[in-house]
Amino acid sequence: MTEALEHSPGHELERLRQEHLMLDPRPRGEMNALVMEAMHTTSWKFKMVFALLSVVVAVCLFGVWGYLIAEGMGAAGLTDPVYWGIFLVNTVFWIGISHAGTFVSALLRVFKAEYRRPFTRAAELMTTFGLVQAALSVFMHMGRVWLSYWLFPYPNERGLWPNFHSPLSWDFLAINTYLLASTMYLFLPLIPDLAMARDRSTGWRKTLYRILSLGFRGAEGEWTHLRTAMNIFAFAILPVMFSVHTIVSWDFAAAMRPGWNSTIFGPYFVVGALHSGIAAVAMVLVVVRATMKNMKYFIRPEVFDALGKLMLIVSMGWAYFFFNDYMVQWYGGDSFTDTLLHFHENGPLGWMWFSMLIFNVAVPWLTLWNRRVRRNPWALFGIGLFINIGMWFERYIIIPTSLTINFMPFTWREYVPGVEAPLGIGTLAFFILLYMAASKLVPLVPVWEVQEGQMAHSLRKVGKETIVSVAEME
Amino acid sequence: MREEKIHQYRAEWSEAEQGKWGLVVDQDLCTGCQACVTACAMENNIPFVGEEDTAYGRAMHWIRLERFWEGEYPEVKATPFQAVMCQQCGSAPCEPVCPVFASVHSQNEKLNVQVYNRCVGTRYCANNCPYVARTFNWRDYDRPEPLNNQLNPDVTVRRRGIMEKCTFCVQRIRMTEDQARADGREVYDGEIEPACVQACPGEALVFGRIDDPQSAVSKRMKNGRAVKLLEELGAQPRVTYLKGGA
Repeated sequence: MTEALEHSPGHELERLRQEHLMLDPRPRGEMNALVMEAMHTTSWKFKMVFALLSVVVAVCLFGVWGYLIAEGMGAAGLTDPVYWGIFLVNTVFWIGISHAGTFVSALLRVFKAEYRRPFTRAAELMTTFGLVQAALSVFMHMGRVWLSYWLFPYPNERGLWPNFHSPLSWDFLAINTYLLASTMYLFLPLIPDLAMARDRSTGWRKTLYRILSLGFRGAEGEWTHLRTAMNIFAFAILPVMFSVHTIVSWDFAAAMRPGWNSTIFGPYFVVGALHSGIAAVAMVLVVVRATMKNMKYFIRPEVFDALGKLMLIVSMGWAYFFFNDYMVQWYGGDSFTDTLLHFHENGPLGWMWFSMLIFNVAVPWLTLWNRRVRRNPWALFGIGLFINIGMWFERYIIIPTSLTINFMPFTWREYVPGVEAPLGIGTLAFFILLYMAASKLVPLVPVWEVQEGQMAHSLRKVGKETIVSVAEME
Repeated sequence: MREEKIHQYRAEWSEAEQGKWGLVVDQDLCTGCQACVTACAMENNIPFVGEEDTAYGRAMHWIRLERFWEGEYPEVKATPFQAVMCQQCGSAPCEPVCPVFASVHSQNEKLNVQVYNRCVGTRYCANNCPYVARTFNWRDYDRPEPLNNQLNPDVTVRRRGIMEKCTFCVQRIRMTEDQARADGREVYDGEIEPACVQACPGEALVFGRIDDPQSAVSKRMKNGRAVKLLEELGAQPRVTYLKGGA
């Protein structure tokens, strides 16, 4: 940094360079070394946490799941008439988390938001790993999971196809599409970084990166193709992302139930997904910055500042849709819906309903307007945690709490979670475990993208004023 | 063209409207003796879920007797017993939501049937059933000696992870139809009795053809006391309730 500052006599210049990564360039070789070092360094703390999480995943996820399959769904807390419970709460939750990865990356790439450059990969990784947890939760939910391949439209001698009238079939196809598309979208910008890692590794890593980088050498033609492909994917994946969570919401909205049969569920769920997802991106970045080497150079308070603003706006959007959904349902005056809405706020889980509003609306609105709070990583982490708990509550209220009330009052019964609790913890541990493994296997910062941004930015003097100028690269 | 479309839609709608088999439940005759519930469990090999699961609300019945109390103690008034089973809807909400076609409509009998060996247990059908008529096999339940000897050989035994529900005792319908065909005659009204109807001592349950205006069921359906459950949802239920006369 000192070298860069030699040429900036003014105080203003120094401030700008400290603030913005794009204005604080370093030589490519140095940045490569920083990222490689971050990837290679594993502290004893990392190993401890990794081992602990492995045990949690082995016991809570695969052990308990095996028990659930052997015993039957009775091991879970589900009952008549609450046929759907925490498994699907977790599914919707993890799909929500996975949304923001792609949203932050693709939308900010499409709109050329420069602060995105250092953390697109960290966000995209969340999409893939979040979807893994969502898919696992769906499979946990199925009564006969060993027959789940029947949901695939595969040719068979009985001539049986899945029922394309069922929202679950749409959902199955949508999640698969999203998983494939987001994995490709994660992989494309990774190619140049894998090639960089290939040229700087030995042993098994060299073999791994040689295979994964597909022989990328950085020739002009290769870059042209890569850029075209990434551009197509960034635009194409946005509608896919919107459609996926809309279709998830249709699992509920298309059903004939009080509280679910709402036409606004599509956008309401999309905004809800972004609400928890962007908060989760911020939380992951705080942890990555605090625990991994050299990350303080790449992830600066400007990133948290921008994400904090996004969180505040999305929180307002969520509040708008929540109010709209609630208000119109209540105004409809249907007696079952009315009973359900009173059950939400006044029933045994009323505390959850109020916590949801406090965590999702009051907490972000009261804190995130403040620049100092936004720029404080651990404060933002705390707010993100509140939002994620609030959004989990929201899904809990929509699924098991709402299923308690139906058209036949004789059957109303409450739901008490059983093995869902360890399995939920297991998916969380598995997500963190996969993320930790990935942070040591792939370069977490897209070096070429950061360098591209730094080369495009320059500081110019116009009179006495310092102006940041950005060259159009594409 | 437009006219044609409208006709087509009307035809689809009336296809959902016209049924074959129907049930009439006279709530004013029902004493709440639960004989139908027991007979149904015996006929259809419904598992006994045991104390613990029953207390948690997982008792499996294809027919249940609902009873409510109106008013506050001590001024309580009991409402008539209401037997609820699968209403065999003409436009059944459980059917379109199943991703693997386990919940389908029988063209022949115009009943809603559950294909046990196709069910993968997403439980969407149960969520979407406004009558909460479906029950799920939460576990593999034991049939201790000598209960295993009373299993009905005409009905499939279900394993864990599968949804099931009332079939109007379709095995009895098919058996009687086959017998009538072998004898070269039509099935006569009242010849087919599902287990619940057969067991009802008060004759509160009547089963028969609703597409035959002369059948006992059709005549009762024209009774002034006749109502259908949640008719406003448009599921076209085939079960008619008679109440309010007593």
